[in-house]
Order: sequence, then structure tokens, then C-alpha cells
Amino acid sequence: MADTISLRQLQPGQKALVTRITTRGELGRRLRDMGIVPGTPLVVIGRAPLKDPVEIKLRGYNLTLRNNEADNILVELLEEK
Amino acid sequence: MERSDIIIALAGNPNAGKTSLFNRLTGARQHVGNYPGVTVEKKEGVAVFQGQEFPVVDLPGTYSLTAYSLEELVARNFIIGQRPGVVVDVVDASNLERNLYLTVQLMELGVPLVICLNMMDVAAARGIRVDPARLEEMLGVPVVPCVARTGQGVDQVLERAVEVARSRPRWRPLEISYGSDIDQALARLQGILQGDQVRDGLLSSRWVALKLLEADREVMAQVDPESELGRRLLPVLENLAEHIRSTLDDDPESVIADYRYGYITGVTKKAVTVEREVRMNFSDQLDKVLTNRLFGPLFLVLVLYGIYQFVFWASQGPVVWAEWFFTWLGQAVSQVLPAGPVQSLVVSGIIDGVGGVLGFVPLIFFMFLAIAVMEDTGYMARVAYLMDRVLRAFGLHGNSVISLVVGGGISGGCAVPGVLATRTLKDPQARLATILVVPFMNCGAKLPVYGLLIAAFFADYQAEMLFILTLISWALALLAAKLLRLTILKGEQAPFVMELPPYRTPTPRGIFIHGWERTWQYIKKAGTVILAISVLMWALMSFPGLSPQEEAAWQARIQAASGPRARAELEAGKAQAELAATVAGRLGRALTVLTAPLGFDWRTNVALVGGFAAKEVILSTLGTSYSLGGSDAPDDSTLAQKLQHEPGWNPLMAFALMIFVMIYAPCFVTVSVIRKETNSWGWAGFSILYNTTIAYLLALLVYQGGRALGLG
Repeated sequence: MADTISLRQLQPGQKALVTRITTRGELGRRLRDMGIVPGTPLVVIGRAPLKDPVEIKLRGYNLTLRNNEADNILVELLEEK
Repeated sequence: MERSDIIIALAGNPNAGKTSLFNRLTGARQHVGNYPGVTVEKKEGVAVFQGQEFPVVDLPGTYSLTAYSLEELVARNFIIGQRPGVVVDVVDASNLERNLYLTVQLMELGVPLVICLNMMDVAAARGIRVDPARLEEMLGVPVVPCVARTGQGVDQVLERAVEVARSRPRWRPLEISYGSDIDQALARLQGILQGDQVRDGLLSSRWVALKLLEADREVMAQVDPESELGRRLLPVLENLAEHIRSTLDDDPESVIADYRYGYITGVTKKAVTVEREVRMNFSDQLDKVLTNRLFGPLFLVLVLYGIYQFVFWASQGPVVWAEWFFTWLGQAVSQVLPAGPVQSLVVSGIIDGVGGVLGFVPLIFFMFLAIAVMEDTGYMARVAYLMDRVLRAFGLHGNSVISLVVGGGISGGCAVPGVLATRTLKDPQARLATILVVPFMNCGAKLPVYGLLIAAFFADYQAEMLFILTLISWALALLAAKLLRLTILKGEQAPFVMELPPYRTPTPRGIFIHGWERTWQYIKKAGTVILAISVLMWALMSFPGLSPQEEAAWQARIQAASGPRARAELEAGKAQAELAATVAGRLGRALTVLTAPLGFDWRTNVALVGGFAAKEVILSTLGTSYSLGGSDAPDDSTLAQKLQHEPGWNPLMAFALMIFVMIYAPCFVTVSVIRKETNSWGWAGFSILYNTTIAYLLALLVYQGGRALGLG
């Protein structure tokens, strides 16, 4: 099994699978509402000019979140094709 | 036409095309208001089907139905409390999985539902084929494909919705499995709830049990811990939640969400075929350019500059026509009514006041049009994405930049549309901070004041001075926002997590409706307050005035004047004396106790008091109080020359005055808009005090500091 890292550590173009959400409360709820639950594949599209926030694509749509929010999303890197 | 008592409510994710469907269903017959007690917009309209009128309510766009956000709570409470005959759930076919998350929650509630499968064209273009019949079969809810943007399929949506509502079905809550632990917990809780009346028995015990497990604030609040039900229910609930947390190593809330997505995946696997994988769609490619590290910010600056140019260019004509019309009206009335207090009230109080309100309308309308274009194309979300890192450092939000620019961030703008533009901010604390600092920007009305003072005292550095003032206003606005966020607006920043919707071509019709309905709200709500205050300001600057003896003495002197020149001078002197004798004049004198350390005398103070009506009034009042004759706007150069030679006026004092004018109390039009947007007189009052205090301290610092350095 691949190493678990946080979403912040992913580079643009990398694909990963969500393994765990480590936050509760409003942020946790918001991430779930937007479809980020364990088992969801996602790909990093890019980062804003100052390297924050990050843009990702999941379930066929684009989402942006701040790096400190991305820290709460643990992922498993998928093999590059 | 016969009006049905069946309410059709529209629900759906933001960006799913709910507004397009609403506009298609109701045409121009819509009404925008607020839900009672909150600033969430409520849109209502009427749809006509087979000669019958059906009320249509557009619920706030939400991704979920929890009690966390105001919009979600409003939508949920409307459905539970008003029991609409049918809810039309607008889902984006090209983004089905996430959209169905709300659908599942609507189904859990059990309200009669029709799914409007929108954006079938976009889905097809992306190689996604959704089978409506299969989806209908899997979900057990009528599904109607449509393209709301073009109107295709809209009639069928209405037909199915009316059909469902007319059959007056019972609420039928969806029951899916959330895993054996949760299912068992639900069964236990339902056993306790059975027979009890939570929310007047309108809701299924299973739904209430589910919300209790999700620790839903609103539903929890309905259970009184002291009641018989509370004493039986709450310990069991706590035990169950704890059990789930320890066995599944997760909150019940997130376990439930996982199972909802599991159910959705099961459905989409059967109903959706991805015919070809489009790795980079058009929107993604456009994003590569528009959010590029170098080109992105450059394009943003161009867009912001373009909006500002467009808004002021487009409203130039209408603003002049409005001014021309109200001047004409004032003159016409002056000829009909005899000179005296009544004429003065009607012309200077009412007509000028109403003129002031309507004078802003073109600006506001075009600003809202520009914002509607930004929102409907999807670019607004990119602005927040690009700017967030910078503005977050000051406790603001990426979208705050729009308000600051419209408010005069590039110099020349207006705080009124700037404050109204904060509606696009979802973080309430950041929104409030933005509202309070937008008036720091150099709006179009402050520019003539700067123009005069710069011409008089900084004639060699005109452009440089204006540029410095622009930089100062940005720096002060950001620092003041930071100060607010560190003190009274303290608190966690709300999550930023935001959808970047695909770029779309907006429809002119949608943009026009958007722009107009918001403008109309301004006219209706702000208009009444503004009229009242403008009459008050007029009274302050007109009464009590000269006593009959003084009046007669001035008249006698003017009659006896030797020539036209002496006569004009005497008339100017009389105007000055009249102003000095008013409440505002007396206030100006009283305020010198405070303003002497800033170098402002009573005449400057009167002008600043008048500036509360509108910043451009500062100029005309300065003209009057420095006796340039009449209250008409004087020729800049004359006033500038006059001020240069006035004792007490020097470049340092002029600079302190410019800083004061930049920051002090927003004009009352802005204050009334702040009051409306924050739904509180408290915040409106605060903006006057906070800004004036900062202005005072800074002007004091500049003037006294400058003198200490030997500049004055």
C-alpha cells in the first residue's frame, strides 16, 4: 500500500485517492458536502499565483480550498499512468 | 386567472441552473425579498400551467441541508414549515454525483419531489450520457431532462411537477442503510421517538433520529433535556454516538455521509455512461491561462479596470440626464412656489434628496450588470481564487477585492455599489469587515475635494499626490480590516472550500434580470431612508438662520451697495452669515474645540458636516463658508486661490484635511445601505464612529507630527 500523505503535499498533475478526513465540525461537514469522502479519486489541477489556495478536480467538477484546509485531507498517491 | 394553492419550490446546488429555470418558469413576474429576519434573498414568482397560476419559490442554492449555514437552514425550514406541494430539485447532469447528495437529503426528508436533470447539453459535450428513465427507476422519483438555459424541456418539468403536486402524495421518506451500527442506532432512537411529537409530528421519526445522530443543532434544540422525552432520549443518543465513534473510529455524521455517497455511486453506475474521458475540457484549458501565475493576475487587473471603466462610462449619460432633470424640476418648482421656507424645503430638501437617490441608480445598475456577468460566466470564483492569499492576511476574502475596486480602489468609484457587491461574500465576518472598510476608498465624490486642495497646495505634484492618496486608502482599508478582525470581528475564518464552476456564456436576459432586481431593491429600501435624512440635513443647514432684524440689516446694506461688485461681495457675506446662524454653523463652531489641533476652523467643520450628505457638498459648502457667494459650486480656481491666502491654510493642513475626508463618516447614502445590508442600525452607527475616530487620529497625527517636524 502506498504511503499516506496530505493533499497539501501533492503536486499539480498528481492523482490520489482520499483515505481519511482528519477534521470535524464545519470544515469536515463542508468537505463531505462537496463530495470529499474516503475512496474519492481526485487530481490536482494547480495552485494560485502565491501557491495557495489549491485547485483540484473530483467527481467531474473543480474545487478550490486553502492549503491549511487541504492538510486535513489524507490521500494515497495513485500510480502515474 | 385561477390561482392554485400548490406551492412549487425550487431547490438545487449553486451553479446547477436553478435561477435559469426559475426565470424560464416565471418570466418577468417575480418578486425579490428577504426571508423574515435574515438577509437571505427570497425569490418568488408565478408559473402558468393550463390556465392556472402556481406560486414558485426559488430556495437558496445549497449543497446540503444541514443546520450549519443560514441558506441551508432557510431552505430546510421552508420545506418543513410551508410544506410546498412539490419540490423541483435542479441537478446538473454533467456533475451528477455531487448534485445528488442534496437530492438524497431531500428524499430522506420525504417531500414530494421531481428532479429536473439540467444541462443535458453540457453533459453530452463532455461525453457523459445520463439515462433519465434509468435514473427515475433507480431513485423512484420522476426525472425530467432539460436545458434550462435554452428553455428546452422546461414545459415538461412544470407538467410533471404539477402532476405530482395535484395527486397530493403523502411524504415518503427514503430509507437507505447507513451500515449496521447506524441502522441499529436509528431503530433504537425511533423506538423512543415513536408517539412523541417532535416538530408537531410533521416529520418522520426516522428523519429526526438521523438528524439527532448527525448532531444537527436545530433538531437538537427542539429536544428539551428537562422534558420526559429528553431524559429518555439524550443519554441513549450519547451512548450510541460514543459506540459508533469507538467501533468505526469516526463521527456518525461522516459515516452517514459515506453511505449517502455509496448509495449515489450505486445509482450513477447504472444510470450514467462515460462515453469518452475528456481529460482537459475547454473550461480547464481556459483556466490554465486565466489562473496562470503571470497572466492570471494581469488579466484580473485588466478586468477590474474594465469594470470600473464600463460602470462609470455607461452611467455617465444617465447620471447627467438625471441631474439635468432634477435641476430643471427644482427651477420649475421655484417659479411656482413663492420664495421662503416651503420652497426651500421642496427644492433643496425633497427634490435634491430624491435626485440624490436616483442619481446613484445608473451607477448601481451598471455595477450589478458587471457583477452579474462575472458571476454568470464563472469568473467571480476565479477572482476569489487568485486574490484569496493576499486578502486573507488581512482577514478579508478573495472576493472582497471587487467591492474595494468598485468602491473607488482605482480612484473614482462609489461606496454604495461597493457595499452592495459584498453580497457575493459567503463568510459573514469577512463580509462585515469588507462593508466597513469599503468607504475608505476614494469614491468619485471625494475626487473634486482632492482636486481643489491639490490644485491649491500641491500644484506641482498633482498626479503624484492623487496616486499617493490611492495607496494610502488601500493601506488604511487593509489595516483597518485587520484591526476589526483582531478585535470585534474576531473568530475563525469560515472554510474557503469553494466550487470553481465551468466557464459559461451568460444569457443577456438572465444578466438583465439579475442587475435590475437588485437595483430595484436599492431604490425601494434605501430610497425612503435617504429621503428622510436628506430633509434632515437640509433643515440642519437652513435653520434657524438670520433673525428678521439681521436679515433686514443685510438687505439694507445690499440695497445701498455702490456697484455690482460690492453688491456681489455683500451677498456672499450674507450667505456666510446665514450659514453661520444655522444648526450646522453652530455645530461647526462647537466642534472647533476638537478640530483646532487638526488645524480646521469652524468653516471647514461646517463643510465636513455637510459632507455627511454627500462628499461633493464639502466643496460647495466651503465655497459658501469662505463667502464666495451663493451656494452654487464655485469655480475651483477662485476658491483655490482664496484658500491659499487664508490664514491657517497651508500644505500640511490641506494634507491632514484630505486624509480626514478620505476616512471620516461615510455619506448617509452609504450608511443607509450599510444598515440595510447588515440588517442593523448598530453596524451603520458603528461605521460612522469607527471611521470618524480613525480619521481624527490620523489627521491629528499628520498635522501635529508635521508641525513637530517643522512642516506646517
